[in-house]
Amino acid sequence: MSGQRPASKSELMVVASAHALTGKRVCFVGVGLPNIAVNLAKRTVAPEMELVYEAGVFGANPARLPLSIGDPTIVTGSTATVSMHDLFGLYLQGGRIDVGFLGGAQIDRFGNLNTTVIGDYAAPKTRLPGSGGACEIAINAKEILVIMRQSTRSFVKELDFRTSPGNLDGAVAAAKTRAAQGWGGSGPSGVITDLGVYGFDDDGEMALRSLHPGATLDEVRASIGWEIRVPQNVPATPTPTDEELRLIREELDPTGAYVS
Amino acid sequence: MSTSKLVDMRTAIAAPVHDGDTVAIEGFTHCISFAAGHEIIRQKRRNLTLARMTPDLVYDQMVAAGCAKKLIFSWLGNPGVGSLHAIRRRTEPAALAAGESLLEIEEYSHHGMVGRYVAGAHRLPFYPLRSYSESDLPKVNPLIRTVQSPFGGEEVYAVPPLNPDVTIIHAQRADAEGNVQMWGLLGCQKEAAFAAKRVIAVVEEIVPTSVIRADPNRTIIPGLIVNAVVCEPFGAHPSYVQGSYDRDNAFYREWDTISRDAAATEAWLQEWVYGVKDRAAYVAKFGGDYFKGLTPTSAPSGSVDYGDYR
Repeated sequence: MSGQRPASKSELMVVASAHALTGKRVCFVGVGLPNIAVNLAKRTVAPEMELVYEAGVFGANPARLPLSIGDPTIVTGSTATVSMHDLFGLYLQGGRIDVGFLGGAQIDRFGNLNTTVIGDYAAPKTRLPGSGGACEIAINAKEILVIMRQSTRSFVKELDFRTSPGNLDGAVAAAKTRAAQGWGGSGPSGVITDLGVYGFDDDGEMALRSLHPGATLDEVRASIGWEIRVPQNVPATPTPTDEELRLIREELDPTGAYVS
Repeated sequence: MSTSKLVDMRTAIAAPVHDGDTVAIEGFTHCISFAAGHEIIRQKRRNLTLARMTPDLVYDQMVAAGCAKKLIFSWLGNPGVGSLHAIRRRTEPAALAAGESLLEIEEYSHHGMVGRYVAGAHRLPFYPLRSYSESDLPKVNPLIRTVQSPFGGEEVYAVPPLNPDVTIIHAQRADAEGNVQMWGLLGCQKEAAFAAKRVIAVVEEIVPTSVIRADPNRTIIPGLIVNAVVCEPFGAHPSYVQGSYDRDNAFYREWDTISRDAAATEAWLQEWVYGVKDRAAYVAKFGGDYFKGLTPTSAPSGSVDYGDYR
């Protein structure tokens, strides 16, 4: 790490997410950490990747870090601007998206996500933004990567509302439903948090795959609302390289708005 | 000879927008007609059903001003910042002020909202899509239903048409007849306009028809469907217009603070909406230098040759 300060939790999330994009071609991007992760992947492990922004751009080359999903920087220098109808119809539902990034207020053990309400729908404790494109991304992107910070409020036994389907109640039911209802994708493939990287076992349940440098199993267990599956010997998430940290700190998020 | 539909914003809103109407001010992050939203607030329209994919600050302000009884939307937030607090105060029972009632909510996903405009514009009874499978959204919105394909029986979800009484769009330029040209993020401006009974087009600049006809590929809606054209420079601020001015992200952040407090929200409306007579006065209140700071450097497109086929 030659003189650089060690990676922050956010930087660990960004680098682990970028690694998960190795060799991917078409990625549906969100703002914040996913945006930095995707731009890092494009500069390192996935140079051929096309960035698709939900606001209606295919092949974006953002010259600055966009605050909102519809920042003008995603348009200038892009391959194509596309209307909402074309984006969600031709590109997403048409099966052209390899990876979609999602997050949420709540996730359960099968990777189902809630971005709609906390509490009862008709009389919510907290009104969240809702689906946006998440519901159709979950169904139509070939695979889904989730980026979320861990806490018992967000990693819950039972969702208050299922906005975006993951592995439903398990892989068997999910596979059946996907085939019967013509889903384009195969659901969540990974969850990247501030503490580790998770995958999904054959039965569709989330399981720890690697632990970030500095994180402990106790922290992992204390911030998940169910008994999380943990392998016998937990591998360590690779430490970010100097070059990865340099790209994040000097080029992708120079003001440290997201990753400091 | 075509007739000019050029009017000022007050006139554009006064006749076509009635109490109780369904109004869509569209524009995905880009080209949101805040100028029209503020004029609707000044003219004190009530009981509106406000439709928009992403309600954004403009509907937070209109809800705070008491214009709305219902929201139809797909993503309810302050993009890149957080929540729309005025709307949250009208959707969370614990936050509801005395004498206020909860807003009616009808929500979809993005594809569902786009599909509603498309079905409305195409005069079709529904728009089929593969979204909503195994989501709880159809359980809370009875207008999201399943439909069986007549070709093999496959079942998909469907949403009903949406035909706003009025759609208001913002764009870079139009001629006086209302032939509108736009570049950058296109959102669902075209679909929402074609779906509407009445269309108001607000633009940064009025150009001669010859300018429109020199580049017909850039026309997103024809004057044929436009009822009124308003020339309103900086009319989309604090959202942006590609190539003209940047998104005022500082204001989007500031609104997060203002809108958390009902009294501060009301004070803001008094100063920046009721307290200015029109958009020109709003722009003048900021001062010219303010908008200079939001002006991007130039990145012109190349030009194409359509050919002369006389």
